Amino acid sequence: MSTKTLRIENLHVSVEGKPILRGVNLTINQGETHALMGPNGSGKSTLSYALMGHPNYEITDGTAYLGDVNLLELEADERAKAGLFLAFQYPTSIPGVTMANFLRHAVTNVRMPDRKEGEDLISMRDFRKELKQKMDELGMDGDFARRYLNEGFSGGEKKRAEVLQLAMLQPAFAILDETDSGLDIDAVRVVSEGVNRVAKAQGTGVLVITHYQRILNYIQPQFVHILYGGRIVENGGPELVTTLEREGYDWIRAKYPQEARVEDELEASASAVV
Amino acid sequence: MSTAVASSHAIASLEFGEFLNSVPNEPAWLTEKRRAAFESFAATPWPTSRDEEWRRTDIRAFRLNAFDLVHSPAAATLEDLDEIAPARDALASAYGTGIVQIGGQTTQPADLIKLGKATLTDFRTFAESNPEILEKYLFGTVGTSEDALAALHAAMFRGGIVLYVPKGVKVADPLYALSAMTARQRIDTSHTLIVLEDGAEATLVHDLVSTASGESATPGLHLGAVEIVVGKDANLKYVRIQNWDDQTWHFSRERATVDAGGSIQWTIGGLGSRLSKVNQETALAGPKASAQVNGVMFTTGKQHLAYFTRQDHQAENTTSDLLYKGGLTGKSRTVWKGMIRVEPGAQKTDAYQKNDSLILTQSARADSIPGLEIEANDVRCTHGATAGPVDPEMVFYAEARGIPAETAKRLIVEGFFANVYDRISVEPVRESLRLAVAKKLSLG
Repeated sequence: MSTKTLRIENLHVSVEGKPILRGVNLTINQGETHALMGPNGSGKSTLSYALMGHPNYEITDGTAYLGDVNLLELEADERAKAGLFLAFQYPTSIPGVTMANFLRHAVTNVRMPDRKEGEDLISMRDFRKELKQKMDELGMDGDFARRYLNEGFSGGEKKRAEVLQLAMLQPAFAILDETDSGLDIDAVRVVSEGVNRVAKAQGTGVLVITHYQRILNYIQPQFVHILYGGRIVENGGPELVTTLEREGYDWIRAKYPQEARVEDELEASASAVV
Repeated sequence: MSTAVASSHAIASLEFGEFLNSVPNEPAWLTEKRRAAFESFAATPWPTSRDEEWRRTDIRAFRLNAFDLVHSPAAATLEDLDEIAPARDALASAYGTGIVQIGGQTTQPADLIKLGKATLTDFRTFAESNPEILEKYLFGTVGTSEDALAALHAAMFRGGIVLYVPKGVKVADPLYALSAMTARQRIDTSHTLIVLEDGAEATLVHDLVSTASGESATPGLHLGAVEIVVGKDANLKYVRIQNWDDQTWHFSRERATVDAGGSIQWTIGGLGSRLSKVNQETALAGPKASAQVNGVMFTTGKQHLAYFTRQDHQAENTTSDLLYKGGLTGKSRTVWKGMIRVEPGAQKTDAYQKNDSLILTQSARADSIPGLEIEANDVRCTHGATAGPVDPEMVFYAEARGIPAETAKRLIVEGFFANVYDRISVEPVRESLRLAVAKKLSLG
């Protein structure tokens, strides 16, 4: 299998008319693990939603290609079929739809992108077997599959459920949006191991979005990027994580005064942005 | 009392005499009940938008004189029987035994051997075999004078279904009843009477089905009533799924009384009809009586479905739990007005009512009006209502997992109904409701 590249160039994104991302450049090859760090409100989640195709995020300039597929021309479901996955920071619950039923539809659509609506789903038997195996690997109780999607799940269960979906959908690229938030250290470990297992088996390119070092002890990035004021201002290796952990963002602030002003504005209005 | 009435209201007393001739051999007490009801009908003004229950439900387009209530309908033809065969077969394959009627006339009786000590039969047969029981219960639960339509039903109902389960008899297998209208049989004024004596148990799944197809159909009319009597420690599950064609007017007054320690699980489906006006009431008449009321509505096009529910707590330690869920598309409209009433002596009442509506098009509209009247001081009564479109964040989440928006919406709508399906303990009903809603969703 030839490896693909996720190539984001000069991406500008606005939410409700307000510019959030102001020219993001980022290239990820399959098999690589990248970390995207930055303070709250710097636009990290905006990047993930915009790439996945949320209708509230307006792309005003730039490109995003997965291999030779122009992601920005596709609906969200088509982006998933093209091999992009987003593990949500706040997964939505869908009452009355069981995890198993939801995932069976998802897996069917992603694995058989040319299937027509109304044609058969993947075999229940094979699906159940695969689901059980993946749930075992993540230490999830079998009962989980029969529960309604994210309904009444604890924070840790939701994140585990996201990683279960990642494992079932086997994407070329996975964006993990604050997957460690709200998890205790054991849960971070289990979830991270799950991500590493999938990434290794599938050669998935991983983008870990976080503002804590913690998860990066388990999902170790080769490349680290700092998003600040709507732009990626620093690119480096794992040493960047250590620097940030030691010094915080003050040096970034001092080094990039123009982005710092943007950052201040964004932070002031962050609560108004979805 | 003399009142001016709309022309569509008028049925002359001469015609009522003719009607009585068309239902021969009825016992004298019944004829007297009919006469009294007819007098009430003649004296009661036709409903208008000034009446509270008709404020949101406009029946000016309804023409009573388009329907012949006076004369016996023609017997069902082979064509009628063929048309309803699929609906009958679906019920027969899922349940023990049952009765099939077209326009209130029996075309297939229930299997007496399978019924055992229970009786599931048509109104006329029951009047002949158990006249005392009929006299004791008929119109003992449902009123005959709430409005002109209630009075008209009591005066001129024709045929119907009676389920009678004697004391202590437990009917293991669910029974079914099919009330059908066809392209030719467009009137059903039948009366449903269900009596479970003390300690009895039964399940009845009652489908109201029309085989007439939408636009070419002539107007249809169901003017019905359901009376339910649940004795001490008796348990009834009654499922009534209304799926008439969309040219049919559906007027139904339904009331159950549950005696001490008895329980009812009462599920109604509102899928069909041009316009429905239903009163569904449950009285908890004895201590520790309980009721679970489930409603599943799905409307399309220009349908209008209006439900008025009551949970009357008349004794202490009684429980009622009502959940109505509706999905709306097109320009359709639903109205739900609920009332929990707690009588002064009904301490330790635990009552709940909830109505959720999923509004799938901009032109659809759902009105939810919960109500409480509480005259006891040690009770727990809660109510709630929600209405709104499909949450776009749910759709996006599903899309992000590769599920196309249309499929996502379908899953979300099906999921919306899941918590009411989960309450219905008659297995095949859940599946048939699910399929019926899915079908309406794909057409709607």
